[in-house]
Amino acid sequence: MATIIWTTIGAILTLSVYSFLYKDNPFYKFAEHLVVGISAGYYLVIYYFNFIQPNVVAPVFLLRIGNEAIGLGSSMWWLALIPGILGLLLYTRFFPKFGWVGRWSLGIYVGGYAGLGLSPIMQARVLNQIGANALPLTSITNVFLIVGLLGTLTYFFFSMKHKGVLGVLARVGIVFLMVGFGASFGYTVMSRVSLLIGRVSFLLHDWLHLI
Amino acid sequence: MRRVIPLAITFLIGMFMLVDFFVPHHVVSSAAAEMKQWGTIVIAASILLGVGNLIRVHYKKISRKQEGWGYSIVTLSVMVVMLFFGGPWGTIQEGSVFNWIFLNVQVPLQSTMFSLLAFFIASAAYRAFRLRSLEAGMLLVSAIIVMLGRVPLGQFLTRGLPEQATLPWLTETIMAYPNMAAFRGILMGAALGVMAMGLRVILGIERSYLGGDK
Repeated sequence: MATIIWTTIGAILTLSVYSFLYKDNPFYKFAEHLVVGISAGYYLVIYYFNFIQPNVVAPVFLLRIGNEAIGLGSSMWWLALIPGILGLLLYTRFFPKFGWVGRWSLGIYVGGYAGLGLSPIMQARVLNQIGANALPLTSITNVFLIVGLLGTLTYFFFSMKHKGVLGVLARVGIVFLMVGFGASFGYTVMSRVSLLIGRVSFLLHDWLHLI
Repeated sequence: MRRVIPLAITFLIGMFMLVDFFVPHHVVSSAAAEMKQWGTIVIAASILLGVGNLIRVHYKKISRKQEGWGYSIVTLSVMVVMLFFGGPWGTIQEGSVFNWIFLNVQVPLQSTMFSLLAFFIASAAYRAFRLRSLEAGMLLVSAIIVMLGRVPLGQFLTRGLPEQATLPWLTETIMAYPNMAAFRGILMGAALGVMAMGLRVILGIERSYLGGDK
């Protein structure tokens, strides 16, 4: 009995979301706000228990990291307190007079990730990609990949006018880009359609038992 | 002063993280690991800040009885329910009510929302794929081949033909060669853009993250 009730509630919520296809309406808005509320509550709990509690609250207030005890005022204690304070500084934006102090935390976060990303991005997304594309010109597919990459890069090269050889390469780049965008579009459509099939199957199989 | 200190912090931390990649010394790497940990905690605090902001916005809406305030009650109520079931019993342990709500309400509703895009994407396709030029034609043909090649209908339609003419084979070929070449180029271009932006941030040229005021 409980399964039938929960499945019916699930089906009503699913239909509420699909009612948006007709126009915006109270059923859709209800489902939308439900998702927002659950997501917010979910992430609040997850982030608190996975990051804040073990890395700040437990060491600073309960004086332990995992199962290990730490001393008040020890280096480990300070290393937990500082990021806790940095996190709290973000909340100064609720007080316009002191909101600028929150920028210190942002500086650590933004600067850290900017510096951290530079070398790995160069390695993984530029050098490795060049390496993967540096193929011997022994097959038509290899030539295809090399010409395609050169054409695409030329199309995005705006320092010189696309004339002559550069123009031809840029034109080739457009062809590759269009085929690539079409393929990605088709791929995205199919992934959305498979989600749709999943929900329709829920309605017709799990709820109505028609299929 | 209000901008100089954060800019100096950004520069010092950014350069330190950059140095960490090139200096394989345990002092540098352990300090960098601690910095990463700090960054993770600041991110977690910013997520909580976002949720706090959401609560503030909806609370204001309810207290002022603005249009749609009833929906704000729904948002805040379910958030409280999630906090109630998530707080005392820890995180997403299997079998908990918190986990049950997540798996049986959040996940299906989110996938339903995403599946809505199938309809909107179809109407967008109609506008994008109208055969107005050679480029639009290529977009159309490759999208149709990939869409059909991924479903049994594609196999069925080209079942009698040689393998190189079947839709699944054409789909794989498009994905492996022209698509790969184009997206490799885009990936490299985007990576160079990200790196340029990273350098701008570290050197203090890009300051938009500090906000508008002095």
